Amino acid sequence: MAKATHTDDTAIEVRNLHKTFKIPLDGGMNLKQRILNAFRGRSGYREFSPLNGVDFEIKKGEFFGIVGRNGSGKSTLLKTIAGIYTPDKGKIRVDGVLVPFIELGVGFNPELTGRENVFLNGALLGFSREEMSAMYDEIVDFAELHDFMDERLKNYSSGMQVRLAFSIAIRAEGDILLLDEVLAVGDSSFQQKCYSYFNELKQAGRTVILVTHSMSAVERFCNRALLLDEGTVKIVGDKTEVANMYEELFVEAKNRSSSKVSTEENSHGDVDVHIDVSSQKDSGSVVRIGDEININIIITANVDVKSCNTGINIRDESGRIIFSTDTRLHVGEFKLAKGESQKINITTTNLYTDGIYDIGVHVVDEKRETGSVLFMNKKIANFTSYGAINHKHSLFHPPYRLTKQKNG
Amino acid sequence: MKLSNIFSRRNRILLAELVRTDFKLRYQASTLGYLWSILNPLLLFAILYVVFDRFLGVGRGVEHFAVYLLTGIVLWRFFTEATNNGLKAIVQRGSLIRKINFPKYIIVISGTISSLINLGLNLLVVLVFIIINGVDLSWQALLVIPLILELYAFALALAFLLSAVNVKFRDVSYLWDVFLQAAFYATPIIYPLTLVAQKSTLAAQLLLTSPVAQVIQDVRYFLITPDSLTMAQLVGVTPMFFVPFGIILFTGVLGAWYFKKSQGKFAEEV
Repeated sequence: MAKATHTDDTAIEVRNLHKTFKIPLDGGMNLKQRILNAFRGRSGYREFSPLNGVDFEIKKGEFFGIVGRNGSGKSTLLKTIAGIYTPDKGKIRVDGVLVPFIELGVGFNPELTGRENVFLNGALLGFSREEMSAMYDEIVDFAELHDFMDERLKNYSSGMQVRLAFSIAIRAEGDILLLDEVLAVGDSSFQQKCYSYFNELKQAGRTVILVTHSMSAVERFCNRALLLDEGTVKIVGDKTEVANMYEELFVEAKNRSSSKVSTEENSHGDVDVHIDVSSQKDSGSVVRIGDEININIIITANVDVKSCNTGINIRDESGRIIFSTDTRLHVGEFKLAKGESQKINITTTNLYTDGIYDIGVHVVDEKRETGSVLFMNKKIANFTSYGAINHKHSLFHPPYRLTKQKNG
Repeated sequence: MKLSNIFSRRNRILLAELVRTDFKLRYQASTLGYLWSILNPLLLFAILYVVFDRFLGVGRGVEHFAVYLLTGIVLWRFFTEATNNGLKAIVQRGSLIRKINFPKYIIVISGTISSLINLGLNLLVVLVFIIINGVDLSWQALLVIPLILELYAFALALAFLLSAVNVKFRDVSYLWDVFLQAAFYATPIIYPLTLVAQKSTLAAQLLLTSPVAQVIQDVRYFLITPDSLTMAQLVGVTPMFFVPFGIILFTGVLGAWYFKKSQGKFAEEV
């Protein structure tokens, strides 16, 4: 066959995939709204196209990553491959049995007991009652929920629910697994279980598609990856290539956002301030959580400064100061003669959750009666933090230890 | 969709599990539990019996009017429950549809099957009444089975149509409620059809074109009393006789077509 572009080792082939959603305006889904819209000649819809011609294929046995920022179309792509959405244009060819995990515990009902939910969830994965009975004990063992199986699910903590759901999910058979990164929620021991499951899948040579934000997960598990941006494929290829491209896009976005902030500057030309932000490992001002951030500031005085104090702040995206220090605290006030430069270095550990952080600098002459603020810029530079794997809502990720002992 | 897939192993497993869940959840919070599915029509029966038979005396001309009335109520309740469950089925399982791909018709079927199980329980009560009342059962009573299948087919056809429409227009559940209330009085449940026929044969014929009315009258005829006026008695084997079947067939084709056409968009619209 001449038209066959794929060989037999192709697990999934996606060609020219398009998807458009019609989103009703004014939330109007009722009959009255429809009739009114028809009279006014309005469609009553806004169109939204998360996928605009996506092409790629996945070979059997590949661990394939799909990455992209929020709103890039990742989830829509995953759901379309899973057959939840029907494509408007293009085609998807799947060779083998597909098991999707858009979410853990699909079909879980809070009013049913843990035991009943195991069977219900299992049925959605294609297991009969007999098959589920056979593996029931193992599932409960793995979830460590022996004493709770006859409790209703609504009395479970969210962690317990996730454990139960995950214990069922890993039983899933099938040739191709679709995993959403939301799987990796929960505490770090659960995270570990998740990652060792990913590793097992990789060892076993299963075909896996992993949708994720996390470049570290891509580098750790994937063979190849795809970077999705605004509904089109930016790049498909080797995992490092894709991860690099992702960071490039990230840095680009960062520069765009920082170029317009100079309006907040308050400088009389008394001092010139030059700043450079870097991390020990990543390029540019992209810093992984736990790595060091290096901030170098060079202050050049255009006037005599009798008693110089330089303050440095870090603000989060909502403008809240999350870190603040100044030179007087650590090195005391210093003098700067006209034309003289002073280099200030701050090294700190990046504990901040994923996001973009602004660095602000102000230079003050403490001995000056009026106009003591020589320089002030709340957003002179910024850096991007990444690598929060779980609890992204936690503002800080300091190193910590959590242990468990028998009490008494 | 291939017909052979409709009851593939996987789909059967899922259907059984969904029906089981429906059943477990329905009366979970109530003390009497499953008993309510029998008590409810019995209580309605008691009210209607006292009002219409004892006070108004509409049942005077009908042999075994109590069983006659109960049978009508039980069948009607099955019809309303099955169509209402079916109507809400897709919307209620919206969160499931958005997360996993499986044949959507399973949800609609599961909603109607739990009503069918309820009907089975209720018919046992009817059987008890039949014995207490000393009704003579003949082999003809077996004809009740195909008649109930006919009613189920009609309810299922409507359930497919309504469930798909409900995804787009949520108003349909309120409209259906009102429609059912009107239809309750347009169906010979609390009054014997003979009362209508005495005034106008045409009116009786028109009422019998409803598949629900036709089934109720036929079931009563074969199970309880020849006093129940049926389509066959009224018009014989004329084209009129086939109108209820035509309606079921038409609804079935329409429901299947519309459901099939819309199901691809359920996940995004629900």
